[in-house]
Amino acid sequence: MQIKPILSALRRHKAGTFLIAMQIALTLAIVCNALFIIHQRIAHLSEPTGIDEPNIFVIKSEWVGHPDSARVDAMIREDLQVLRQVAGVQNVTPSNSYPLRGSGWDDSVKLKPDQLQDSSGATIYFADQNFIDTLGLKLIAGRNFRADEIGHMDMRYRLAPPVVIVTKALVQKLFPGEDAVGKTIYLIGGPGTIVGVVDLLQAQSVERWASDFAYRSVIIPERLNISLGSFYIVRAQPGQLDSAMHAAVKALFAQNPRRVINDDDGVLSFSDVRSRAYESDRGMAILMGVISVVLLAVTAAGIVGLTSFWVGQRRKQIGVRRALGATRRDILRYFMTENLLISSGGALFGVLLAIAMNLWMVTRFEMHRLSLTYLVIGAVMLLLLGQGAVLAPALRASRVPPVEATRSV
Amino acid sequence: MFGYYLDLALRSLRRNKMLTALMVLAIALGIGASMTTLTVLHVLSGDPLPGTSTTLFYPQVDPRDMDGYEEGKRPPEQVSWPDGQNLLQAKRADRQALMTGGSVAVQPAQANIDPFFSDARYTTSDFFPMFKVPFLYGRPWSAQEDEAKARVVVITRTLNEKLFAGKNSVGQTLRIKDAALQVIGVLDDWRPTPRFYDLNTGSNYGTTEDVFVPLSTSRDAHFAHDGSTDCWGSGGGDDEHAETAPCVWLQYWVQLDSPAKVAAYREYLVHYSQEQKALGRFQRPPNVDLPNLMEWMDINKVVPGDVRLQTWLALGFLLVCLVNTVGLMLAKFLRRAGELGVRRALGASKREVFMQLLVESGVIGLAGGSFGLLLAFVGLWLVRKQPSSYAALAHMSVGMLMFTFLLAVGTTLLAGLLPAWRACQITPALQLKSQ
Repeated sequence: MQIKPILSALRRHKAGTFLIAMQIALTLAIVCNALFIIHQRIAHLSEPTGIDEPNIFVIKSEWVGHPDSARVDAMIREDLQVLRQVAGVQNVTPSNSYPLRGSGWDDSVKLKPDQLQDSSGATIYFADQNFIDTLGLKLIAGRNFRADEIGHMDMRYRLAPPVVIVTKALVQKLFPGEDAVGKTIYLIGGPGTIVGVVDLLQAQSVERWASDFAYRSVIIPERLNISLGSFYIVRAQPGQLDSAMHAAVKALFAQNPRRVINDDDGVLSFSDVRSRAYESDRGMAILMGVISVVLLAVTAAGIVGLTSFWVGQRRKQIGVRRALGATRRDILRYFMTENLLISSGGALFGVLLAIAMNLWMVTRFEMHRLSLTYLVIGAVMLLLLGQGAVLAPALRASRVPPVEATRSV
Repeated sequence: MFGYYLDLALRSLRRNKMLTALMVLAIALGIGASMTTLTVLHVLSGDPLPGTSTTLFYPQVDPRDMDGYEEGKRPPEQVSWPDGQNLLQAKRADRQALMTGGSVAVQPAQANIDPFFSDARYTTSDFFPMFKVPFLYGRPWSAQEDEAKARVVVITRTLNEKLFAGKNSVGQTLRIKDAALQVIGVLDDWRPTPRFYDLNTGSNYGTTEDVFVPLSTSRDAHFAHDGSTDCWGSGGGDDEHAETAPCVWLQYWVQLDSPAKVAAYREYLVHYSQEQKALGRFQRPPNVDLPNLMEWMDINKVVPGDVRLQTWLALGFLLVCLVNTVGLMLAKFLRRAGELGVRRALGASKREVFMQLLVESGVIGLAGGSFGLLLAFVGLWLVRKQPSSYAALAHMSVGMLMFTFLLAVGTTLLAGLLPAWRACQITPALQLKSQ
């Protein structure tokens, strides 16, 4: 196949050639970045929480009136008793928050009391001795809290528990390569000794501002008594989530009606929590996907349209070539090669454009650098798209009979 | 002549229906996507208080200790109780208000309504005149009532409908957390977008709080504070001792009516910081800022990054659709070289042929624009189905509607320029000869 005649033909259609190449380049640049965003969002929303998600639900109970701290603690303990007896409930723990909740108590951790810069940020989870079992966490070193270690505090007290359990991620940051059990960390109110290490426990926020300490959590052996209300994290027996959710709320109201459990977010199964936390990420991924598909379709249609015109315009020339001995295959290959040339030019420019677009987004939208794979995938995809789109008009061209050469238009 | 061109354009478009449909569809998709995202962006980046926002400022001082000090870092986003009170009492601005958010349990007098939690704003008297808050009934509270910790409350129209069936409830009593507050005012519909005065509530595009109580009263009656509390040193986020804790948890806004006053106020903030440092309360060198309302929105990146990203993406999409249309139109116009050659030979000037082709691309633009507008309405409807707090705001305004048409027709005419220009360069003689 000779490329020279194709090039000289293209030179006569500079504007059209340029426009198709441009369109391919722009499409490639946008689709590459869109795919990359989709990948990032999906990777983000598949990050594990480290807990037994299918069997967990969360109750948010707000107190009516202005009970004092001691009263709140008594009510929480009564609620825990009641919840434990609900059919289908395996275990329950009170907490101030849970993974993917979105907000809660984040704090800084230091290794020495007089240190100026923090050693790490961390999510603070208040818990009792049932926390680890309820959430289904894996204790990889040390021990769980003992029942006699569980205290209670309100917001007035300083955060200085004698013992804490931390996550592996925090250990890796604070004591890389060492055994953390028995070591001391400093929270805002004072020191705490690490007695246990759990494998994985995600932070309560998955937003970008919290990404620095995504899996660095500190579990505090205290019930946090806020007059506003608290969370109960409940683990249901496998398969009894729905019935346990209904029964639990009913039991709580029977126990103490002076509370508010919101209709829309008072009781959430963990799958609801997850879909709420990642709503915008999922939406963005879907949107990017739709835009990419439509964009590819528009570009394919554009190629079909323009090539059809070129075929129509060159019927006579095609006829002449056929009359001079060119086979159908030759004609077909001519148009396919022509498209391949244009697409390659477009793809080459598109790759540069995609990189430029990505670099710009890195500065504006806290994106990561585009990996080479996406560029390669994108370029191959558009070349194939071009070949696919040009096939129909090229086949039509190959069916132009040689007799066309003798006809006038 | 325009009528004739229009007739020619329609005939030509009808001749190749597939291609016309393709061009119209491409434009429509591009316009639809762009207009949907632009409308959302326009709504979200709008001025919450048009006409007033340029005189509203958000003073910032830095009361933190040297822990984690870095030169050039911004001062904290809120103020502490002592600083808020000092700045408020100094009355150096035309108007000033100190505020924070909260959540209160409302106990309705009616037996048929269960107690419920409602978001509340605890603030000082200038809040209402400074932010031009409209009143349906009654009045805002006064500075004297602030001072007296008066048991008064202003509620929104929504809450008034819920509790008092929309009647004038001024003088009625509202029980909040076992305290009896007298309703002195009911707000008319007021939804500043974004809800600029407190960006710590997590829903910057939500409705306002339903209950407004004097800040002094809220402290006196132990109403729970809700929102961001940032502490340093040995501070703890305890509500009861928030006045003395080394924490920032209040928002402070001032109104400054002239540039001279703005400069003077900035000076004042620096002096204040120096004075507090001399007193030993502040430790850092004076670190102040005085952004105006819209600057403060920018600093806090109020418009979600995803929305901006979507807008850019949609504009890129529109660009591809336009390039697509330019290519198709170019091919189409050049293909009609013969016909155009005849017209030229019969006396039509280049200019007239050019006009004829532009009318044709204008028709495509108009059709694409109309269809795109429909798509934009569908798009906005989809956005409203989303659970985000700004979903309900995604409506098209008359201005955006006009803009859509201008954008559609304008861009297609622009897209038609090159093909039309190329097509009218045809030498009539050559075309006639080859026939």
